[in-house]
Amino acid sequence: MKNNGHKSTSPTAGLPKCPTGIQGLDEITGGGLPRGRPTLVCGGTGCGKTLLAAEFLVRGAVQFGEPGVFMAFEETEAELKANVASLGFDLAGLIRRKKIAIDYVHIERSEVQESGEYDLEGLFVRLNHAIDSIGARRVVLDTLEALFASLPNEAILRAELRRLFRWLKDKGVTAVITAERGRDQLTRHGLEEYVSDCVILLDHRVNEQIATRHLRVVKYRGALHGTNEFPFLIGDEGISVLPITSLGLNHKISAERIATGIPRLDAMLGGRGFFRGSSILLTGTPGTGKTIVAANFAQAACRRGERTLFFSFEESPNQIIRNMHSIGLRLEPLVKRGLLRFHAARPSLYGLEMHLATMFKEIAAFQPHVVIVDPITSLMDAGTASECRAMVTRLVDYLKAGQVTTLFTSLTQAGHALQQSEASMSSLMDSWLLLQDFEGNGERNRVLYVLKARGMAHSNQIREFLISDRGIDLVDAYIGPSGVLTGAARVAQTAREKAEALASQQEAARRQRELKRKRAALEQQITGLRSEHEASAEELRQIDEQVGRQTRLLTTERTELGRLRQADISVAASTRGNSKPKSKR
Amino acid sequence: MKTKTAGRRSSGSHCRPAKLWQLRLYLVGQTPKSLMAFANLKKICESHLKGHYRITVIDLVKQPQLAKGDQILAIPTVVRKLPKPVRTILGNLSDTDHLLVGLDLRAVD
Repeated sequence: MKNNGHKSTSPTAGLPKCPTGIQGLDEITGGGLPRGRPTLVCGGTGCGKTLLAAEFLVRGAVQFGEPGVFMAFEETEAELKANVASLGFDLAGLIRRKKIAIDYVHIERSEVQESGEYDLEGLFVRLNHAIDSIGARRVVLDTLEALFASLPNEAILRAELRRLFRWLKDKGVTAVITAERGRDQLTRHGLEEYVSDCVILLDHRVNEQIATRHLRVVKYRGALHGTNEFPFLIGDEGISVLPITSLGLNHKISAERIATGIPRLDAMLGGRGFFRGSSILLTGTPGTGKTIVAANFAQAACRRGERTLFFSFEESPNQIIRNMHSIGLRLEPLVKRGLLRFHAARPSLYGLEMHLATMFKEIAAFQPHVVIVDPITSLMDAGTASECRAMVTRLVDYLKAGQVTTLFTSLTQAGHALQQSEASMSSLMDSWLLLQDFEGNGERNRVLYVLKARGMAHSNQIREFLISDRGIDLVDAYIGPSGVLTGAARVAQTAREKAEALASQQEAARRQRELKRKRAALEQQITGLRSEHEASAEELRQIDEQVGRQTRLLTTERTELGRLRQADISVAASTRGNSKPKSKR
Repeated sequence: MKTKTAGRRSSGSHCRPAKLWQLRLYLVGQTPKSLMAFANLKKICESHLKGHYRITVIDLVKQPQLAKGDQILAIPTVVRKLPKPVRTILGNLSDTDHLLVGLDLRAVD
């Protein structure tokens, strides 16, 4: 038993464990059920006890090479085969290959009469024979308590059950014993009294019309185990327990950025879009274009050659394709090329856990680079707030671990800016975009802004979000003294500004013309003055000339007079004229 | 398998074939409990069904695979294969009254 080759985790090194192979259960129990000991699985009707036991056996035979014996006290071999076949387990094949043996134990009480003492040696013989015939390492007893109904003598039965569990331990097989949940105790007939090593409790609760199964490890002697209630579900591939706590915050991160499909939005996000592997929340009131943004993102991813998985909880794939066609987005070729896959389901179709498991399965099968959940708020209706948060946490963690970029759209009620559920959900998200309606002037307009974007410089600006038949466009909203204006108001404001600009232009031109005219007038004046000035100068000159002439005339007259008065002076004058320069020298 | 046929009368079985009782006694080993059960059964059969019965003793130590067929859990167990319907009696058969009720022999009395 010690050489089972199973790698047990450090805190449980002392106790060898037997892996169940059931998704999540081995994580909770730290490696599996206690090896070589009986484990009690109890729960109410229809909570999956038999299935858990069967899966333990089948996975043991298929995955861990440990044959198993299924001793059924309630279902016949044929019923059992049919029941587990629905989970894809080929029980008949395993029986043929001597990996599993089924023994249907049944006693009709009405046909049984007691006479004197007896024991259950026959059960031991049968079990022993079944174990030895295939070399079984695992045993399931489902549901042992049926014996209480078949055998009249409870005292003998109890004594024999005690012996049976002892015997199972001595035999060294890992056993799972299922039992019906009792009213005041774990099992109806107090089997927990005999099985003290490990007790697992299954529960099936209906909360607001939605049923969820839960699993809890009540007791695990000698080992640490998760004590919480873990939701689990029964899917096409068996049981999967979804432990929240098993997922840590240690995923790889990427510095790679991916475009959103809207260039202006990329610009708002530091110019390069979202981080790869980040989770993005896109909230908006009804009709703000959440799906359109999501579809754009999907298309951008597909154009890069990345696979995109689109979970739609409100519209059918064909409807989305048709609607996106109206804004010039052609998704159909992408679907045909296998790059884009839709998965549509009504939120009320099944419980949250089932949705989550289905999503996990789809993601595992398609291996997408980008996942879109449209809208996540629809799923909120399928569970309580805390369940939803837990579910989103698990989904985000799962996707982040796989470096999958995820866009969640979220519907907000008109009038409420943020809902409680979103505020709590947003803390899980790396980026948060908000789409909003602006109502006024008899129209509604969409605006978009980036509420948060971890790890990147992002725009704080509100952008108007326009949807046309050519796609999406973001334009700067008008932000002026009167607030943010969008749509027609923005256009009107722009027009008004244009008109004002034109008016002022015209005014300037007019003033220019006026000044020009003034200048021209002044110029004219200047010309006039100049000519006046010139005229006066001319006059001055004429006066000067006149004066000169008169002086000359006077001189001539005087000379004439002098000549007339004394004729000899002319001689003297002429001689003076010749001698004067000499004398000056 | 040890087959012990006691007091078989060929003529009787031919006349009333339905009256031939076929009983199987399941045991595990030759324990005192087993021997006691066989002795008790034999005694009742001799007193009530003399010549009309056949007891087949099956030791599950030697033939464990036979336990499944008759849905044997308790040891010892007597199974009345014939006449129909099949009836089962558990125990060492020390309680004669219960054994007779179990074998439906009270009516014969």
